[in-house]
Amino acid sequence: MTDTKSPTRAKATAKQSGESAKLLREFYEQMVLIREFELRAGEMYAKARIGGYCHLNLGEEATVVGLTAALKPTDYLYTTYRDHGYALARGMEPGAVMAELFGKSTGVVGGRGGSMHMFDLAKRMMGGYGIVGGQIPPATGAAFAIQYRSKAGKDSEAVMCLLGDGTTNIGAFHESLNLAGLWDLPIVYVIMNNRLGMGTTVENASAEPDLYKRGSAYRIEGRRIDGDDPIAVRDAALEALEKARVKRRPSIIEAMSYRLKGHSVVDPARYRSKEDVELAQANDPVPAFRNRLLKAKALTEKDVDAIHMKVDEIVDAAVSFAETSPDPSPSELFERIYATPVANMPHSFPGDPVAVSA
Amino acid sequence: MSEMTYRQALNETLRTELKRDENVYLIGEEIGVFEGSYKITAGLLKEFGARRVVDTPIAEEGFTGVAIGSAMLGLRPVVEIMTINFSLIAIDQIVNHAAKMRAMFGGEVSVPIVIRTPGGGGQQLAATHSQNLEVWYAHIPGLKVVAPSNPADAKALLTASIRDDDPVLFLENLGLYNLKGEVPDGEQVGEIGKAKIARPGTDLTVISYSRGVVTALEVAEQFAAEGISIEVVDLCSLRPLDRDTFCASVRKTSRAVIFEDDLLSYGIGAEISATLGEAVFDWLDAPIRRVAAAEVPLPYAKPLELAAMPDGAALAKVIRETLAASGFTTGTAEGARNV
Repeated sequence: MTDTKSPTRAKATAKQSGESAKLLREFYEQMVLIREFELRAGEMYAKARIGGYCHLNLGEEATVVGLTAALKPTDYLYTTYRDHGYALARGMEPGAVMAELFGKSTGVVGGRGGSMHMFDLAKRMMGGYGIVGGQIPPATGAAFAIQYRSKAGKDSEAVMCLLGDGTTNIGAFHESLNLAGLWDLPIVYVIMNNRLGMGTTVENASAEPDLYKRGSAYRIEGRRIDGDDPIAVRDAALEALEKARVKRRPSIIEAMSYRLKGHSVVDPARYRSKEDVELAQANDPVPAFRNRLLKAKALTEKDVDAIHMKVDEIVDAAVSFAETSPDPSPSELFERIYATPVANMPHSFPGDPVAVSA
Repeated sequence: MSEMTYRQALNETLRTELKRDENVYLIGEEIGVFEGSYKITAGLLKEFGARRVVDTPIAEEGFTGVAIGSAMLGLRPVVEIMTINFSLIAIDQIVNHAAKMRAMFGGEVSVPIVIRTPGGGGQQLAATHSQNLEVWYAHIPGLKVVAPSNPADAKALLTASIRDDDPVLFLENLGLYNLKGEVPDGEQVGEIGKAKIARPGTDLTVISYSRGVVTALEVAEQFAAEGISIEVVDLCSLRPLDRDTFCASVRKTSRAVIFEDDLLSYGIGAEISATLGEAVFDWLDAPIRRVAAAEVPLPYAKPLELAAMPDGAALAKVIRETLAASGFTTGTAEGARNV
């Protein structure tokens, strides 16, 4: 396996990458926002403000920020259920995202979806999906619609579809790759390889554990990148998106990362060794990127303090917005389900007599 | 009015809608070059080209999901799944995705997709190719399910389904494709969610849908010769279910028999029967009866297949038993007599 986790990885400095200090600070700020938002979401879950499942992007901040930085506002993003960070990085309001977690009427989808189903059509955040890999055929279909409606070119729309390492073993992944390869669809499949599908390692799940190679049966090129380096992630995504726009060819990016915590908030992750956890913490992308920027003098300690203070305020405000927002009313239970009203739509609550007019 | 088959009505409706709206496209296995397993899409590839009539690999989950994703962006795909049996391979995309997206995403997106697929036994296709799985989809909020019984309704409801912004399962039946009927010319947009009185009557109501309605009408005609007046309710839509129409009919006739191609237990008839039991109990003169398929994987051999499938003879028998159970007598020219 290509080792992208060695201590010598991500040696490129800010100066070498030629990025403006302003952009690097923005990247760092977004990473900190996701980190602090997720830590607070975990706390709110422990306080039972958040129900259901709750999967956090802790440890994946660099990938989230790098990928979303490569997207144009006109591109479509489909994600897994681990989607809070993507919602934030796509520009959705932190208060509305937190309110969705709280199940409030002010949530991004009015409390109908919760943690796994962040969605915003205007921002082309096309949803977090809870059925593993369920997003892959629809994301491929979004690329089909782009192909159907528009010509290839630098300004073309494109689709990015996130999936986890475990998802590369489902049929829908392979059927979708075949269709995207066959029909030259403008899509980038990003495999977030955090080395564990719940508790099962990639090696115990995939006969070809080099996941970026899994498109080879469909003549889809893939590459593995360091998911802990937001610049490397952004650059790989830009290149793949360009290929989607101009050549209308799909690609695979395998972003190597590691969850800092369990599969979900309630998972103590006892299946991980002490060494694994220590390695994850040593490679934590947020302090790593901070240190890199400090070293390159793209960031000062004062900047860091200011960013953390600003982010704390944003997250505090998000929590208090969510806390003080109204619950959705049960009287709206039957709304927003169908787009075209027809006769005899259901509207009975449990225990109501069967709905028949006399 | 023109006389045409159910197949021709579908074909012409698809052609009309492809012409009307650039966002409408057809997608499925063997629908283009091969012109459809049952020739519903004959001639359409030649007329509209490969962009609008998309042949797919064998990948029901993949291409159904692709259609769903394209519908999220505003296209209006009409998917052909070769038979309803194969829809089970795509059921995650249909039930967990198409049906859920609008609600789960707070009403921000709609999925204007039509999935056309035929069910039905009787062709000696054995257990895996002869199922009536309508209840699987009729059970799911977020979907609409229609099952027209004749060429005119096939045209009107397919038009309505394509123009509807929600996912619609459009259920056909292998036994209906050659059925002929009068079809009104010009634009006809049916009403999803509404049942019809396919034949008015006063003595007993038969409630059915899809191919079952054809049999029910034949049986009703036989009873008419005996002076027994059977009302036939054609559900047309299975979700939403038009309870008002069949309840009103049974309030009038006081007797109900449900005739369905699917399996008895937990079937469409079970839902109708429960509704009648609750809503029109006081009007009933006899127990509600159901005529449905025997609960076996459908066998290949013709005598076994026929024995398993509900037919006109079984329906007629149950109608007679229901009439008898309520002490029904006819008032024909020869005078009142027991049936």
